Amino acid sequence: MMPELAVDLLAFVPLAVLGAVLGLDVVSFPQAMISRPIVAATLAGAMLGHPLRGLAMGAALEFFALESMPFGASRYPEWGSASVVGGSLFALTPDGTPAAMALAVLSALVTAQVGGLSMVALRRWNAQWARRQQAGIARGSGNAVVGLQLAGMSVDLLRGGLLTFLALAVFEPLRIAVLATFTFPGTLSRAVVVSTASAVGLAAIWKVTASTPGARWWLAGGLLLGFALAGGLG
Amino acid sequence: MSTSYLPLTTRAAMLLRMLGIQGVWNYETMMGNGIAFAMEPALRLLPGGRGGDAYRAAMTRHSGYFNAHPYLAALAVGALSRAELDGVPAEQIERFRVAAPGPLGSVGDRLIWAGWLPLCSALALLGYGLGLSPASVVLLFLVSYNVGHVGLRVWGLQAGWREGLRMAHALGNPVLRNGPPHLARATAFVAGIALPVAAQALLGEGRVLLGGVLLAVTVGALLLTRLAGKFEGWRLAIYVLAVFILYSVVR
Repeated sequence: MMPELAVDLLAFVPLAVLGAVLGLDVVSFPQAMISRPIVAATLAGAMLGHPLRGLAMGAALEFFALESMPFGASRYPEWGSASVVGGSLFALTPDGTPAAMALAVLSALVTAQVGGLSMVALRRWNAQWARRQQAGIARGSGNAVVGLQLAGMSVDLLRGGLLTFLALAVFEPLRIAVLATFTFPGTLSRAVVVSTASAVGLAAIWKVTASTPGARWWLAGGLLLGFALAGGLG
Repeated sequence: MSTSYLPLTTRAAMLLRMLGIQGVWNYETMMGNGIAFAMEPALRLLPGGRGGDAYRAAMTRHSGYFNAHPYLAALAVGALSRAELDGVPAEQIERFRVAAPGPLGSVGDRLIWAGWLPLCSALALLGYGLGLSPASVVLLFLVSYNVGHVGLRVWGLQAGWREGLRMAHALGNPVLRNGPPHLARATAFVAGIALPVAAQALLGEGRVLLGGVLLAVTVGALLLTRLAGKFEGWRLAIYVLAVFILYSVVR
């Protein structure tokens, strides 16, 4: 039997507003890292009444985000809006549903990639817009400088909101369709997600700290302690 | 005109504007317009006020190309504002604008993006793994991260204003000079603890497959460190998860 794929697009509007604000935080304003997955996905989950599910999704995505820090002019994924998408999709699925986490993580990663591309497009648009304002800027007009800055931030806000809305509109029906036909057990699904995320997170920490003398020993010591603690908690 | 006083309201306006310093970041002038945007409240104090010749000349000068770490750009904003209000010759200011971005970018990147941010992120993951509530994890991350973030911006503006174009003194601060290696070691240690603890919490019922997970993490992490620079793990993860889900649906 085919599942009901129709979704209420209006329900995505508040989430799109959240995605807009968090997408803006990534680079434009205020870069306070409210866009990090562990914050953004938790907020999205909380908005849908399931902060714990949002937090779990945020933790999973945070492993991936450790790999891509916003270094200067480099191209990186946009985690703010993407985490709202991942956190929302995971929060909408009842606990224990096989593939729920795998699907939400995949949707968030794809959104993060598209979001990164949209930021590159925005930066090009910013350059074009700046060229058009060049006459005013060359005259030393304060209004031209302030207006250009506010225009850039406004378009970035719109970009994040639109990206979140479109991603939810695409991935929510996909989530319903896949969950109805997924055949692997939940244990395997979780194990695949956690293995992938942990491998990326561990490699990222290695990469960031390897050039510092002694850091690998601190990492080894921390891992030993972490495994002991995890064994005790488990 | 020489001045050592910047009104509190002007400083507050500059700090607020510095939060949006990358608002129109682009591949041509980078954060140049943002520097002028952040300095603008101070430049109103130039002779002739807003719209005066000195104000216009300074706005034109500072809206050109500039790139630095967004938080440490506060040092440049403070230093350049001081130089403009002290009437330092334009050629000297231009030389500073050419020389400052390199050190401000590299120190900031090592201190924040490769140090403070991953450390706070690992702390939050550890909090999640230890079973803290969602609100506590979010607050733990946001408060710890932003103490460093906002602190650096406030210090940068003050130090830049105090030192003016002799800003290199401020860059010699022990925290900026010796902080990155200490932060890298702390990050390695805390992340080392956090990764297994958070992964165990995430695994839930998948714990029955712990042996396989450990093997996959070890092999995956080794592979990714060997392939560093060629592939990004998060991009590879898209393919891994897509194939896994697709196979489960069509088999």
